[in-house]
Amino acid sequence: MKRRDFLRKGIAAGVIGSAAVSMFGYSKVLRGNPIGPQADGKEGFDLVAIRGNDPAAMFDKGIESLGGLKSFVKAGDKVVVKPNIGWDVIPERAANTNPQLVKRIVKRCYEAGAKEVFVFDNTCDNWVKCYKNSGIEDAAKSEGAKIVPGNTENYYQEVEIPQAKKLKTAKVHERILDSDVFINVPILKDHGSARLSIAMKNLMGVVWDRRFWHRNDLHQCIADYCTFPKKPDLNIVDAYRVMKRNGPRGVSADDVVRVDAMIISPDIVAVDAAATKFYGSEPSEIPYIAIAHEMGIGNMDLDKLKIDRVKL
Amino acid sequence: MQLYRVLKWIRVGVALLFFLLFTFIFIDFSGLLPVWVYNSATYLQFAPSILEFTQLLSWSAAGFAFIVLLSLLFGRIYCSTICPIGTLQDIMIRIHKRFRIARRFRYVRTYNILRYSILLLTILVFLSGSSILINLLDPFSGFGKIFANILRPLYVAINNLGALILNQFDVYSLYHVEYKAFALPAFLYAMGLMFLLSWLTLIRGRLFCNSICPVGTLLGLISKLSVFKLKIQENSCTNCWRCAMDCKAGCIDADKMYIDFSRCIGCLNCTISCPNNGLSFVPAWKSKSVPGKSKSADASKRNFIKYTALFSLGLHKILRSQDKIVPTKDSTIPEEKEFSVSPPGSRNINRFNELCTACHLCVSACPTQVLQASFFQYGLQGMFQPYLDYHKSFCNYECRICTDICPTGALLPLDLAEKKLTQIGQVHFEKGNCIVETEGTDCGACSEHCPTKAVYMVPYNGLFLPEIDQDICIGCGACEYACPTTPYKAIYVDGNPIHQQAKEPSQEKIQEESSGEDFPF
Repeated sequence: MKRRDFLRKGIAAGVIGSAAVSMFGYSKVLRGNPIGPQADGKEGFDLVAIRGNDPAAMFDKGIESLGGLKSFVKAGDKVVVKPNIGWDVIPERAANTNPQLVKRIVKRCYEAGAKEVFVFDNTCDNWVKCYKNSGIEDAAKSEGAKIVPGNTENYYQEVEIPQAKKLKTAKVHERILDSDVFINVPILKDHGSARLSIAMKNLMGVVWDRRFWHRNDLHQCIADYCTFPKKPDLNIVDAYRVMKRNGPRGVSADDVVRVDAMIISPDIVAVDAAATKFYGSEPSEIPYIAIAHEMGIGNMDLDKLKIDRVKL
Repeated sequence: MQLYRVLKWIRVGVALLFFLLFTFIFIDFSGLLPVWVYNSATYLQFAPSILEFTQLLSWSAAGFAFIVLLSLLFGRIYCSTICPIGTLQDIMIRIHKRFRIARRFRYVRTYNILRYSILLLTILVFLSGSSILINLLDPFSGFGKIFANILRPLYVAINNLGALILNQFDVYSLYHVEYKAFALPAFLYAMGLMFLLSWLTLIRGRLFCNSICPVGTLLGLISKLSVFKLKIQENSCTNCWRCAMDCKAGCIDADKMYIDFSRCIGCLNCTISCPNNGLSFVPAWKSKSVPGKSKSADASKRNFIKYTALFSLGLHKILRSQDKIVPTKDSTIPEEKEFSVSPPGSRNINRFNELCTACHLCVSACPTQVLQASFFQYGLQGMFQPYLDYHKSFCNYECRICTDICPTGALLPLDLAEKKLTQIGQVHFEKGNCIVETEGTDCGACSEHCPTKAVYMVPYNGLFLPEIDQDICIGCGACEYACPTTPYKAIYVDGNPIHQQAKEPSQEKIQEESSGEDFPF
C-alpha cells in the first residue's frame, strides 16, 4: 500500500470513526515513514485543510499531504518565510501569525536541508516592537532563522509586473527576490478595507509602497501583485485564532475566536477561498479573490480542487 | 599635591561617565537603555530637576537640592562633573590644545551685568509662564539639542553605512534606520550653539558657563556662600601665574592672588599646576577674598547680543518659507488644523510650553520618530519643543517612553492604561479628499491602523467608507499617517489644546460561532 493511500484511509477513518484511533494511526505512520518527497502529479492534493488545536502539529500533519516539506525545500536552498508581523500586539490578539507555527516551519525548513531561512515583514507599527511582541522574532531565532528588517526603502528593489492591470511596478524586498523558496504564512483575519486578510493580502508586506495600492484600486493591486513571477511556493494559512472584527489590527482579545484550522496549498487563490469559507464568507464576495480567479492566478472554486481534509 | 591629583582624576572620570552616558542616550535609536537609566542620568540635571520638582514636589525630582548642597560645600563642582555641556567644552578645549590653536588662559574680568541680567530675565520670564529662555540657555537642554540634532543623524548615517555593508553578506545584525527627526530650525540652532561654544572656548575657556549660562550664574551666587573655597596661599605664591594660565574659567587673578570663586567651575586644574601646592580648598572663615572688579558692560558684549538678535531674526525669515504647502492636483481640500499635537502627559499645550526646555530627550527616545522639534508650531514661546508630526509617523499605541523619561516634568508619567485613554487630539475626516469618494475604489488604510477603531468602515456605494467616532479617538495619528492622499490627507488629527480623556472602546466578547470540527467545503 502506498503511503498516500494509507494516509487517506487514516483520514477517512478519522472522519467516520474515533478521532483518537486515527491520531494514534497517524503518529505511527509518521514515525514509521520519515518525511520525504512523495508527491506525484496524479496522486498529490491541491490543497490540504487541517483542523486541530496545535498549529505546529497541524502544519506537520498537513504538509505530509502535499508530499512533505522536502518537495518544496531542497538542500542548500535559501528560504524566505513571510508571516504577518504587521502589528505591535501579542499573539493572543491574532493580528500576527502564530509564532509557534513560524517556529515549526523554520525548523522543518532546516531539516529539509535549507541553507538559510530568513523571516521578515514590512510592518505597519514600529518593526522592532512588532517583531518582538508578536513573539515571532524569538520563535524564529530559536530555530536559527535570520530575522531581516523590512523597515526602510533600501531593502526593496523595483520590479516590473508585466501582467498587472494597475500595479505595473513595485518595490519588492531583496530577500524575496533573492530566495530559492518563498513560504507565505499569513493569518486569517477580518480586514476593514480588503474585507479579509489572508494569503494574497499578506503579500502587501513584501513591497515598500503600500500607499500606492490604497490609492489605485486596492483589490486590483492585491490581485495584480500575485501575477509577479516570484510568487509563494507554498501558502500556509494560520486560522487557529481568528480575528472576527476590527481587523486588521483589532482592539482587544475580545475580537478573537478560536477556529482551530489551517490551510496549506501552493495555490494562493485556493487557500484564500478555503480560508474565507472557514471565516464564514463566500470567496466570490471578496473582490480581490474574485479578480484573481478571473485573472487565472489560481482557483477559488474549491469543488474543482483535490482537497485533503485532516483532523487532529 | 597628591590629594588634588586624585580628586582631579575622579572629577574627570565622573565627568566622562556623565558625558558618555548622555551622548549615548541622545544618539541611540535602538531603545537599548531601560527607563531607569534615563531617569537616574537626568536626576541631577539642575534646571530640569527644578522644573520637575515644581510639578511633582517629591524626592524623585529633588536632584537639584543635592546640587545646591554640593555648591554650598565646594562651589560649582556641578559645572565640571555633572553638566554634560561643561564636559563638552572641556573636550573642545583639549582639541584646541591638541591642534595648538588654544591661547593661554588668563584672568577674564567679570561680566556681571550680562550674567545677572540673563539669570534674572530667565527667572522672570519663567515666572511669567514661559520656559523659552531656559529652553535656549539651559546647559542640559543645549547639550541635548546639539547631540540629538547634529550627532544623532551622523550616528544613524554611520549605522546605515555599516548596515549596508553587512547586508551584502546577508548579515542583518545592523539594520537600516530612516532618520525622520531632522528639523532644520533646531538643527541650525544646535549648530549655532556649537559654534558659539567652540569659539568661546577658544578665546576665553569656559566663558559660556561664567557669563551666559543661567545655571552657572545661579550656582555661582550660591557658591559665594560655600563652606569651602579655593584659595591661593599667599606665602607659597611665587607669582608664576601658572594657575591663572591653566584656569579654564579665567577666574584667577594671579597678580592679586585672588580667585573669583563665583566663577570657578571646580575643575581643580590650578591645584595641580601650582608648583608649590599653594592652591587648596580652605574653610570660608579662613579666606577673605578681595572684592570688586570692573563691572560695566562693554562693546563686545553689546555686539554679541546685537548679532545674536540679528541672527535669530534672519533665521526666522529664512525658515518661514519651508512651512508653505504647495497644493497639487491630488487632494484638494486643505487640512484644517488649529493646534499642534503635544505629547501625551503634557496635559495641555500652555502647561507644556511653560515647562518643556526642548532638551529633545523624548525626540531621541521616540521609537517611531513621530516626535519632532517644532519651530513656530506652538508659537515663539514653544520654539524647538517637540510636537507630533503625523505626516512623518504616528504615536505607537503601546508606548509611553516620552512620559517616562521627561526630565523636566513637562510630560508627566502616565501608565499605559491611562496613556491609551489620553486624547491628545481628535480625528477629522474630509470626505472630499478620500480615495473611496474621489477614485471610487476601496482603501481603508486609516481604519486599518486605528488602534481603537475610532475610525471604522461603513458600506458606501458597494465600497467601504471611513466613519469616525471622536469620543474614542486618542489622536495617535495612525490614520493620518496611513492615509495615502497627497498633499492633504483625507483624515487628520487636530491637536487638543487641553488633553481630554477618551472613552474606552466598547467591547463585548465576540460570539464564538462554533464551526465544529468539520470542513465548510
